[in-house]
Amino acid sequence: MAEIVLDHITKRFPDGSLAVNDFNLDIADGEFVILVGPSGCGKSTTLNMIAGLEDITSGELRIGGQVVNNKSPKDRDIAMVFQSYALYPHMTVRQNMGFALKLAKTPQNVINEKVEEAARILDLTQHLDRKPANLSGGQRQRVAMGRAIVRDPAAFLMDEPLSNLDAKLRVQTRTEVSRLQRRLGTTMVYVTHDQTEALTLGDRVAVMRSGVVQQAASPKELYDRPLNLFVAGFIGSPAMNFLSGTLEEGILRTSLGDFRLSNQMRREVERSGTGRDVIVGLRPENFEDAALVSPDNRQYGITFRAKIDVYESLGSDVFVYFTRELGRGVNSAELEELAQDAGRADSGGTGETIAARLDAATRIGEGQDAELWVDARPMHIFDPASGRNLSLVSDDGAAISIQAAPDRTDAGEPQAPAPDAAGSSGAEAVPGQAGPPGEAT
Amino acid sequence: MAAVTTTPRQKAGWGSANVAVIALALIPVLWMVSLSFKTPAAVLDPSFIPASWTWGNYDQILSTSQFIRPLINSIGIGLIATLVAVALASMAAYAVARLRFPGKSVLIGMALLIAIFPQIALVTPLFNIERSLGLFNTWPGLIIPYIAFGLPLGIYTLSAFFREIPWELEKAAKVDGATPFQAFIRVIAPLAAPGMVTTAILVFLACWNDFLFAISFTSTISSRTAPAAMEYFSGSSQFTVPTGPIAAAAVVITIPIIIFVLFFQRRIVAGLTSGAVKG
Repeated sequence: MAEIVLDHITKRFPDGSLAVNDFNLDIADGEFVILVGPSGCGKSTTLNMIAGLEDITSGELRIGGQVVNNKSPKDRDIAMVFQSYALYPHMTVRQNMGFALKLAKTPQNVINEKVEEAARILDLTQHLDRKPANLSGGQRQRVAMGRAIVRDPAAFLMDEPLSNLDAKLRVQTRTEVSRLQRRLGTTMVYVTHDQTEALTLGDRVAVMRSGVVQQAASPKELYDRPLNLFVAGFIGSPAMNFLSGTLEEGILRTSLGDFRLSNQMRREVERSGTGRDVIVGLRPENFEDAALVSPDNRQYGITFRAKIDVYESLGSDVFVYFTRELGRGVNSAELEELAQDAGRADSGGTGETIAARLDAATRIGEGQDAELWVDARPMHIFDPASGRNLSLVSDDGAAISIQAAPDRTDAGEPQAPAPDAAGSSGAEAVPGQAGPPGEAT
Repeated sequence: MAAVTTTPRQKAGWGSANVAVIALALIPVLWMVSLSFKTPAAVLDPSFIPASWTWGNYDQILSTSQFIRPLINSIGIGLIATLVAVALASMAAYAVARLRFPGKSVLIGMALLIAIFPQIALVTPLFNIERSLGLFNTWPGLIIPYIAFGLPLGIYTLSAFFREIPWELEKAAKVDGATPFQAFIRVIAPLAAPGMVTTAILVFLACWNDFLFAISFTSTISSRTAPAAMEYFSGSSQFTVPTGPIAAAAVVITIPIIIFVLFFQRRIVAGLTSGAVKG
């Protein structure tokens, strides 16, 4: 049991490339911290540095108050679970799990006791005398965990331990890992590229990009208050939708419609000196079928029309996808990196697919020209140049930093599509799309 | 294979080609076996099957220390050279496969250079060195050159095996509290055992079959190995060629090779082709 402190940790490889840049993180005793990021972001390197498998170029690493920079892995009292599990193929499950204790010259009866205890926890008792080659993927994964827990180490390090399991088993094992960590109460550092794993498992999640920690916070904080475009786009599935927007006299014009910013928000954005072009982030669940939104709530967002390209029902929810013109401005390095990570090739077209999560009660269908509503309260506004989330500057939460534009219109007014209004509003007009209804200007 | 259709003509063609090749390789061996069972008088008899079979040649060589002692030398020198070469080669191969260190490519190049160096060019210098060091006509006098020439072979074969062992196993061992040496002995070496056996076989065969060094660096049967000893067989008189005993001795030293190859055929092929397909 120990806290782990990463104090200005930097890793530069001999070829000069910077893998981890000035990493600072205090991991409390018993905390479950996740390092998450796209491949190549330095998360595994960071973990290897904690384990002692990679040298630290500069900075200080303390485990339990002791500087361990120059200690070899065996003197750090940490256990690690590898992505490939790295089970010793020539040893039985029992020998695999007892190997560390044997090296530590623990008496054989103590080893047996501890191995059997761990096997019981992990439901491996009947497999103790088998070789790893004869085990299923899930069993091997549990042996790898067992090898870590028999040692009762100061901390567990896990390097994508679930990525070799199939989807169903992964979800199951994820729960097991979580339960195990609660039960043992041991500090755990867990590396993954899967943001779902990160959000579900961690007490705290550090999102990394290109060797730099973007934000380290609780899963809820990351989701609700992402510090920048990268975190916003990385956390959440389906990912946050990004639209280009233009600020004009306190009105935020987007291809969905126009939003009026609150005075405070307007001041913050102006003070940041961003200029007129911004990127607007809306999560899929911020959208709703306009017909299902109560009149009281409509004023907090705007209503628009969209042609539904794809309709997916998950039973509990419905996802609909529609295309909006990309406009100018939505191309930042961070978004490109996210797109690459997600395997989305640059479409090169002018359209950007927007995902919306609707209530299952919706009657919207595929190919329909539907009326949708989007809640403006949780909207995020990003600076395209720096990627900074401008809507976070006020500390009292993003939800009230934005006021929906149509707050002066009668909530009961039918949201009739008004193409002429769209034209007059001067926003980028999108074919087949409703103008911003009730836009006062 | 089943998908490939062969006409009977093709089959016959390939069959006869195979038979021809095998016959070409095997007839001298069978001739040697035949000779070893012929009486001294029948040695010049051109018939393939001996007219009268005799164990006389075998009795003769196996009853004299002129052959038994060299046979023991062959086995002893071969085993020692093999063990030392494999132990050293496995450490060197591990370093070559795993570590980045200055001069690594030079080391690999040197090893290759030694392997392809014509041995005959080294006989004279080595002879002089061994004489001045007092190694001439001793077991170490043969063991050391055998190790030197076995090492490149061992390093190449073993590094191919080591490369196929996942590096994460070693990391896991280190995190489990092993020193680098413990990680090598307890995790890496057991996994590389098939490769080590293969390498050992190849190195042993090379030692066993060596004639050049054996004849050059020895002068008495105290250290002479079997292939060299056969050179010194004498006939019943000065004018008789000891064809029969030589043939019998040749058969005796071939038998272990045949057994080896039959048992370890797959391993030998794996060793010779290691790294060729995978990795």
